[in-house]
Amino acid sequence: METTTVGVDTKWWNGGKSPFNVEYGKLMMWYFLMSDSFTFGAFLIAYGTVRFSSNGWPNPNEVFKSYPGSGEFTNAPLVFVSIMTFILIMSSVTMVLAVHAGHERNKKQVATYLAWTILGGFAFLGCQAWEWTHLHHEGAWWGSNPFPNSDGTASTTNFTNFFFTITGFHGFHVFSGVIINIVMLIMTLLGTFEKKGHYLMIEKAGLYWHFVDLVWVFVFTCFYLL
Amino acid sequence: MEHSTAYVADPVHDSAGGTKEIWRTFWILLGLTIVELVLGYIMIGVESHGGRLALKGAIIILMLAKAFYIVAYFMHLKGEIRNLVMTILVPLALLIWAIISFLYEGNSYRNNRNTYDAYHRERSHIMSTDKKADEKGLPEKKRTGAME
Repeated sequence: METTTVGVDTKWWNGGKSPFNVEYGKLMMWYFLMSDSFTFGAFLIAYGTVRFSSNGWPNPNEVFKSYPGSGEFTNAPLVFVSIMTFILIMSSVTMVLAVHAGHERNKKQVATYLAWTILGGFAFLGCQAWEWTHLHHEGAWWGSNPFPNSDGTASTTNFTNFFFTITGFHGFHVFSGVIINIVMLIMTLLGTFEKKGHYLMIEKAGLYWHFVDLVWVFVFTCFYLL
Repeated sequence: MEHSTAYVADPVHDSAGGTKEIWRTFWILLGLTIVELVLGYIMIGVESHGGRLALKGAIIILMLAKAFYIVAYFMHLKGEIRNLVMTILVPLALLIWAIISFLYEGNSYRNNRNTYDAYHRERSHIMSTDKKADEKGLPEKKRTGAME
């Protein structure tokens, strides 16, 4: 309640309170996410550098054109990946709703929204598992690239190496996010946060989950659209 | 956790808009994604280099807008104290330098190799012998590796 009355003349750095007005754990989560964005940034910049240094590159619309149950000659670029994107945005919304319910200390709602978020996470991982399997059956893997460059010339394995490394690293983040959310759900149901008197832990888990969605915005654009 | 309440005046930064603002952000993100996808579909039919570049630029701007909405509203960074925001965002400016310099470097490496490395230059004209190239119906003689 103090923040509303805190004026300009308040000395944040006089000690006795957090100068950033956040608790320690949340501040550290922000700094972790900042460092993590450097990791993803380095990956994506390396991808861009190699792509800029290549004379040819496979056309994503010819690589990613299938969805589960589609025939061999289906040509539906961007369809499946837009579903994956929608799932992740949706799970981000349910996560922020869980955080919001946590502010109101509404245990039941927090649990419900967390469950939906976990479900969204699993749905996304399922989609990615299908896509990897599908590409693997087409002969794509680390060190193997069946897709020619967009102008028909022979391609290198750079495309698949970067694709599997970066989407794999992102998928690993989604997986850890789901695990964290499951732990949060269990703690919520056990009443741990109720006893503590606040649901700040949900906020930290939420930051991580939104970051996963944020990274997907970049991965999705760099691999499927550009 | 006992100490945290003593240090933090108000650790809960709920946005003023509540759930209404959450759903507003959702619709904005959804709208931006749909525009991105439409541009992606338009790009399939565009052959000219300049046209493709313009569409890619538009997609990147939309991507950054999406990133802003996620960080500002879902992660509530907009509601944090300015000093905190700066300690997170200012270091990320390094990435701007990295993007510019590394992409420039990659492009320069390609140009240098195409100019001075005849072997590399000829290799990149070899047509794919993959069956996917057959499906495209590329003429047989184009796959001999001859220079165009």
